[in-house]
Amino acid sequence: MHYHPLTEEDREEMLRAIGVRSFEDLLQSIPAQLRVKKLSLPEATSELELRRELESLGRENQNTKTLLSFLGAGSYEHFIPAALPQLLSRNEFYTAYTPYQPEASQGSLQTIFEYQSLITELTGMDVSNASHYDGATSLAEAGILALRHTGRRKLLIARSVHPHFRGVLQAYLEAADFTLEEFGFEKDGRFRKGEFEKLFTEDVGGVIFQTPNFLGVVEDLEGVAEKVHQAGALLILCTNPLSLGVLRAPGEWGADLAVGEGQVLGIPMNFGGPYLGFFAASRELVRKIPGRLAGMTIDQEGRRAFVLTLQAREQHIRRERASSNICTNQALCALAGCIYLTLLGKEGIREAGELNLDRANYLRKEIGSIKGFKIDSAPVFNEFVVRSEKPFSQIASRLAGEGILPGLDLSHFYPELKGAFLVCATETKTKVDLDRFVKALSRA
Amino acid sequence: MEFPSELRYTQTHEWSKKTGNRVRVGITEYAQHEISDVVYVELPRLNAEAAKGKGIAVVESVKAAFDIYAPVSGKIVEINKELETHPAQVNQDPYGKGWFFEIEMKNPSEWDSLLAAESYKTQCITTH
Amino acid sequence: MLIDSDSKLSFEKSRPGRKGTRLPKDRCLKDPLKLLPDSLRRRTPAPLPELTEPEAVRHFVNLSKKNFSIDTHFYPLGSCSMKYNPKVNEWAAGLESFSLVHPLQPEEGAQGWLRIFYELENYLKEITGMDRFTLQPAAGAQGELCGMMMVRAFHASRGEVKRKKVLVPDSSHGTNPATAALLGYEVVQIQSNKRGRVDLEDLQKCLDDKTACLMLTNPNTLGLFENDILKITEMVHKAGALLYYDGANFNALLGIARPGDMGFDIVHLNLHKTFSTPHGGGGPGSGPVGVKKKLEAFLPVPLVEKKGGKFFLKEDQPQTIGRLKSFQGQAGMILRAFVYIRTLGLSGLNQVSEDAVLNANYLKEKLKKAFPVAVDEPCMHEFVLSAQFAEAKGIHALDIGKRLLDYGFHAPTVHFPLVVPDALMIEPTETESKETLDRFCEAMLQIRREIDSNPEVIKRAPHSLPIRRPDEVLAARRPILTYRDWLRENSDSDRHYEAALQSKAEAIPH
Repeated sequence: MHYHPLTEEDREEMLRAIGVRSFEDLLQSIPAQLRVKKLSLPEATSELELRRELESLGRENQNTKTLLSFLGAGSYEHFIPAALPQLLSRNEFYTAYTPYQPEASQGSLQTIFEYQSLITELTGMDVSNASHYDGATSLAEAGILALRHTGRRKLLIARSVHPHFRGVLQAYLEAADFTLEEFGFEKDGRFRKGEFEKLFTEDVGGVIFQTPNFLGVVEDLEGVAEKVHQAGALLILCTNPLSLGVLRAPGEWGADLAVGEGQVLGIPMNFGGPYLGFFAASRELVRKIPGRLAGMTIDQEGRRAFVLTLQAREQHIRRERASSNICTNQALCALAGCIYLTLLGKEGIREAGELNLDRANYLRKEIGSIKGFKIDSAPVFNEFVVRSEKPFSQIASRLAGEGILPGLDLSHFYPELKGAFLVCATETKTKVDLDRFVKALSRA
Repeated sequence: MEFPSELRYTQTHEWSKKTGNRVRVGITEYAQHEISDVVYVELPRLNAEAAKGKGIAVVESVKAAFDIYAPVSGKIVEINKELETHPAQVNQDPYGKGWFFEIEMKNPSEWDSLLAAESYKTQCITTH
Repeated sequence: MLIDSDSKLSFEKSRPGRKGTRLPKDRCLKDPLKLLPDSLRRRTPAPLPELTEPEAVRHFVNLSKKNFSIDTHFYPLGSCSMKYNPKVNEWAAGLESFSLVHPLQPEEGAQGWLRIFYELENYLKEITGMDRFTLQPAAGAQGELCGMMMVRAFHASRGEVKRKKVLVPDSSHGTNPATAALLGYEVVQIQSNKRGRVDLEDLQKCLDDKTACLMLTNPNTLGLFENDILKITEMVHKAGALLYYDGANFNALLGIARPGDMGFDIVHLNLHKTFSTPHGGGGPGSGPVGVKKKLEAFLPVPLVEKKGGKFFLKEDQPQTIGRLKSFQGQAGMILRAFVYIRTLGLSGLNQVSEDAVLNANYLKEKLKKAFPVAVDEPCMHEFVLSAQFAEAKGIHALDIGKRLLDYGFHAPTVHFPLVVPDALMIEPTETESKETLDRFCEAMLQIRREIDSNPEVIKRAPHSLPIRRPDEVLAARRPILTYRDWLRENSDSDRHYEAALQSKAEAIPH
């Protein structure tokens, strides 16, 4: 097998060195009845044939080259500079191990440190960890932290937070016997203030908003942080990091914890993973945050050096006292985020934000002028809700014929939103694309 | 190695100093030596309930975390905030500036069951 | 603090006005920013670094060169299975027909992906002897969480709410007790016997009607197969508890034995260990979880199923523990594992564990005279040595690991498992040649000689790398976790670093 270097000669020599007659002699501890007879698996495939098979399998997928897609809902098509995948494919980056031996991993450690720095600057927070599996698990970790920190047992969450985020949070909270309560949204997608205030009782340890929320709306959180802090609770904001070049950042809203999905920072949609959960916090919480942390220090010669630090919080030391059980992070995805933000830079992040605002708001305006379609007026970033008289399935099948994927049927996640669908337009769309979509919709 | 005679001790290496009904607690010189460089101390909250023999604080070194057990039961009435910025004090001055917290005793008789300096010293020598 | 151009941060190389990429200049609307009310806009611009593309590329390429990696070095890391990461896997993951697919793509347009999920599940079922798999958990630790959540759900569904204890061997990986504790279980440690296996007497003592589960790795972290495994699973099931298999060491058993046959009820696998997906500097991984029929109902959603020749995502699972992650799972890693299994085929897969076990036993034989073996009997894919004898010279396993870096090898796992003092856990894997193993042995034997003749060179190692023994105490006492933290520290005019450097000049190295 071309990944296995041992030759027959090697094997014989090694068995002799070990002092056994055959390989079987090494398996004496294994009860005979457990020995596998023969696994039912296909035989080896040559690379040539396997590649052909994979290409054929790939053709059974629709992708953003074969379709003009306006589907967002938590996973987004964005421009990825060509330099990024090339840098990520450096063998020393992607085949490296976790940087437990700092002398052998200054490359990985410094990029994690830079990633942490970039995330804190972007979110306006004080500290960031080295990443979580995705935005949803990041939120779950933040929720648990808030409850442990305040000693309370309930979290309050806006219903307009991504349904998968709420689902994962629910599963994690149930596991630890905590509760989660929801407050709803108005017709235009903004959170229902009255309901929030009514449900925000003193047993709530943390409150969670997403902005822009799942429906694309940029929330007005004026006064929320003060109210939450007065009650001794924590404010957790889920956000889209790519929007933070133009939108008010979590730190600027007074959040204690900022989490979200970092897939938008240079990671392809990849049918759902691997993605990037970022996790940032205010300074007071630094000793409580889960996950890996890279820190700067000096070595024996006084040279700048990076190390994994505050490790005594983590599972491999605290064991049952750890604040989380997380072991792997998403290092290579965090590296992608780091490279992406470095390439975009101070100006680029602002421009990207502006482009997304431009495309989506133009599209929304145009769709709003088609008969049979209604839009709202709440501020949006790159996604928005459209209400149609015709059922979405009909629209979708008509447009599929023209190679267009119009968005997401919202009733799938929100039964109360029948007849509404979610449309996303990022900087990858040209005016020509948008006009084509509008035309197709008007004919649907 | 010092074992101040005016203090009392636990088998788990905490020292106690009584003033009235209050007990000030820290870890012994032996303990700080075993732990080596203390990087962080997780202290209990003010007014938290301490139960004799139960974990109430955590000391972190670079590579490990160690539970600190309450020598007596009662309420935490003071914590040594300086340890937050100067955890090294636990190593440098374990019986003085390196103190952790103070407990208002619930059952004053528990003080009597703590080890005297000689007994604790013997325990350290025999186990080492 | 000595900073050379190589260790400068991107922020420190930044110059106002530089850009690393160019975005389209056209706008559909006149002034899109104006659409946002003032109160919703960013107050101060995010001070991201400003570098041109060539500067950024040079920055990252030079950083990469400071890393060890599998493609450059041998990593004998126990329980990590640092095997070769095949390039055809990367080729597949890079295909746009896979990478540019949206996770919520209507199913008719995602049949390629769904088939990959479905077929990988089938392969994993066959390989482990389990009845169903979820491919959703993002890593081993999340797989464990998933497994333990299902244990809880299972017992709850039968009204067995008193089962609050989880048993783990004292040699277990840290994630085991951490996961159990997260779920509110009381963790009880089972002792190992003199042969390094689970002490059956201690196990029997700890098993009762309050036990929910026993979490085991087999072979264990000492690289030894639990020869009494059938007795163990019988005992645990008799007590009404479940058995969880931590698949960290599964590289020893491919084609040799299956956890399902041993009696395990839940199995998690690490695709980034046994199934060759790259470690990426610390992730992403993937931790599929397999179960026996009795636990199927509790699997997280969605599951991938097939009907009438078409694949679809099933969300309708009334007793599910819920969702553990957005969307379906670490699809990119699932694709890589699929390609790996198809490349190996049956004969290749059978050879994996054979060569892994052979390599480990060969190394053990050659090293055991120099470094005592924790338990001297045939091991599986890994083994544990002890460096306790070197304590007299002030040398610990950590130091030996550092000295190995000078010889061009990554250190093995050190100071784990906790049951062996000054442990060195070594796992060569099947993708290393005999020549590499021989070179590794030479280095280890040379270090053994150095322990006697020149202990200082070990205590002060490594000597040949960009940095040497960073001050981890300082890093933990005064955490500098961002560029901003560094600026703040720096403005204290290097006071703390001067102090640290002073104490270094006076101190004797550990």
